[in-house]
Amino acid sequence: MIRLEDLTKRFKTPGADIVAADRVNMEVPTGEICILLGPSGCGKTTALKMINRLIPPTSGKIYINGEDTAQLDDIQLRRNIGYVIQQIGLFPNMTIEENICVVPRLLNWDIRKARQRAADLLDLVGLDPRQFLRRYPKELSGGQQQRVGVIRALAADPPVMLMDEPFGAIDPINREIIQDEFLKMQAELKKTIMFVSHDIDEAVKMGDKIAIFRAGRIEQYDTPDMILAHPANAFVADFVGADRTLKRLRLVTAEEVASTEVPVTARSTKVSDALHQLTVAKARRAVVIDSDRRPVGFVTAEEMAGASGAVRDFAHPLPATVPIRADLRAVVSEMFAHDTMWLACTDDHGRFAGVITQPDVTAALRATYGPDKGAGLEQGAS
Amino acid sequence: MTRWLGLGRGATMLLVFLLGIWVATSGLLDQMAIYWDDITYLTRQHVFLVASSGGAAILVGVPVGIWLSRPSMERYAETVMQVFNIGTTIPTLAVIALSMTLLGIGFPPAFFGLFVASLLPIVRNTYAGLLAVPSHLKEAATGMGMTQRQILLRVEIPNALYVIFSGIRTALAINVGTTPLAFLIGGGGLGELIFTGIDLMDTGMLLAGAVPTAALAVAVDFLMGQAQLRLIPKGVNPLR
Repeated sequence: MIRLEDLTKRFKTPGADIVAADRVNMEVPTGEICILLGPSGCGKTTALKMINRLIPPTSGKIYINGEDTAQLDDIQLRRNIGYVIQQIGLFPNMTIEENICVVPRLLNWDIRKARQRAADLLDLVGLDPRQFLRRYPKELSGGQQQRVGVIRALAADPPVMLMDEPFGAIDPINREIIQDEFLKMQAELKKTIMFVSHDIDEAVKMGDKIAIFRAGRIEQYDTPDMILAHPANAFVADFVGADRTLKRLRLVTAEEVASTEVPVTARSTKVSDALHQLTVAKARRAVVIDSDRRPVGFVTAEEMAGASGAVRDFAHPLPATVPIRADLRAVVSEMFAHDTMWLACTDDHGRFAGVITQPDVTAALRATYGPDKGAGLEQGAS
Repeated sequence: MTRWLGLGRGATMLLVFLLGIWVATSGLLDQMAIYWDDITYLTRQHVFLVASSGGAAILVGVPVGIWLSRPSMERYAETVMQVFNIGTTIPTLAVIALSMTLLGIGFPPAFFGLFVASLLPIVRNTYAGLLAVPSHLKEAATGMGMTQRQILLRVEIPNALYVIFSGIRTALAINVGTTPLAFLIGGGGLGELIFTGIDLMDTGMLLAGAVPTAALAVAVDFLMGQAQLRLIPKGVNPLR
């Protein structure tokens, strides 16, 4: 847990005093990622760097896991906080192994233990230790260097990590991949993380909470969904963008809104049986599945009315299916691409898992605006 | 590229071979051999001058460069470097002469003159090399919890080492090239054979001084090149 109390930073300049951080109060619960978001010069980086005292605070208190950090000396404090910067900052004169072992060695770990840790961490981010341990930073691609930058900060297993636009210098495709990898790692490691970003999409994707800064003050500190649904003021609304409702689509997965109680039928089922099933379920259509429960088509009640034969004679092919784990943005995109009001969802094995409709999606977005704010959507944020 | 290099090397060897034949037949070798005792004695003196003044310049220049690059010196460092830069423009012969007016004749003024002449490139390169270390490396090192001393020894110096070495290499080249002038202020060395050879129009004597001086310069530069290649970590060495 990180708690900031009235954290303030004033710089004296010849012209006037500049307040870079103005009584910042916030708390990041253990195991959560908090994104400090805002335009450049808003004080988010200053706030971050005061935590490991790269910038000494003018006043205010910082607690890490309940302990007032003012009691610790700079060196002690920093060795127990993981720090990742945008320029990565791998030391070019050291091998990858030496780079990862820097903090463990500063903490007087046994050399063998530190080396083992370096190999394990490389494995964790999908870089083969046998191949990479002995290499120098300049022999790695930008994406590989940034992965090493992150695991170097994790090397001594610090409870708290500070990340200053860590994925800012990576191309968009690799950035998405590294963000996903990082989230997967975080799901296991449960570090308490402060993360500076100026990219609202990154913030919505990575953050459990987002703090929006302007001129050294926090304008709003809340979950991504609440910030997008209920911006506290015009500045926040403006910063998150006019398409903020569309951004919320990313926070919810199909799984949370898809209805699973949809009639299903096999190709060989008699039309009369299928019609009976639809009447009982009070539904207009049924999804046709094959013997492996994979969705292969659909039938409607109107077309089968009064007919005889098997379901397969009336089945239409499905325009598309979406994975149930996909977020609503992907689902809506598929719907628009195929000009359809509904889509069948599949699980990891390609089996039928439910149906999602456009009204389901709009209802999910509306839920947060209602009196019962965002119940069921909160989990989607993490 | 490699083919041209090979050709060049072949041509050089042929040239050296022909030169050898010419020297052997012209009788110059015999004329030089007369001075063998002088050559060994003066070479030792010469090497001692180079090693002591060059070594002292390294021992003083590197720490001064480091000291000037510290943030606490930021305000004065540029001024000091300007003074050093002006110092570099003074011809080495003038430095030697000035040194004599201060310290008289003999070994001390020769040592001091050579020391001053080789000090400048070392200080300048150490200072510039350390300042050129990217600030994000220092920020990362600080953020990871290194002390100022650890940052200097493990991050700044290793990353500036190539530039520092280049400075030392230049300084020693200047030093070796200037040392024959030490004779003029009574500092001894191979300059004694060269200048006396010129005065007496004795080619053999002149060569007895010039050839070892040249060989020494080539050897020092070769050794420095090898050191630069091998001592600097692979990750920051453009030669590897």
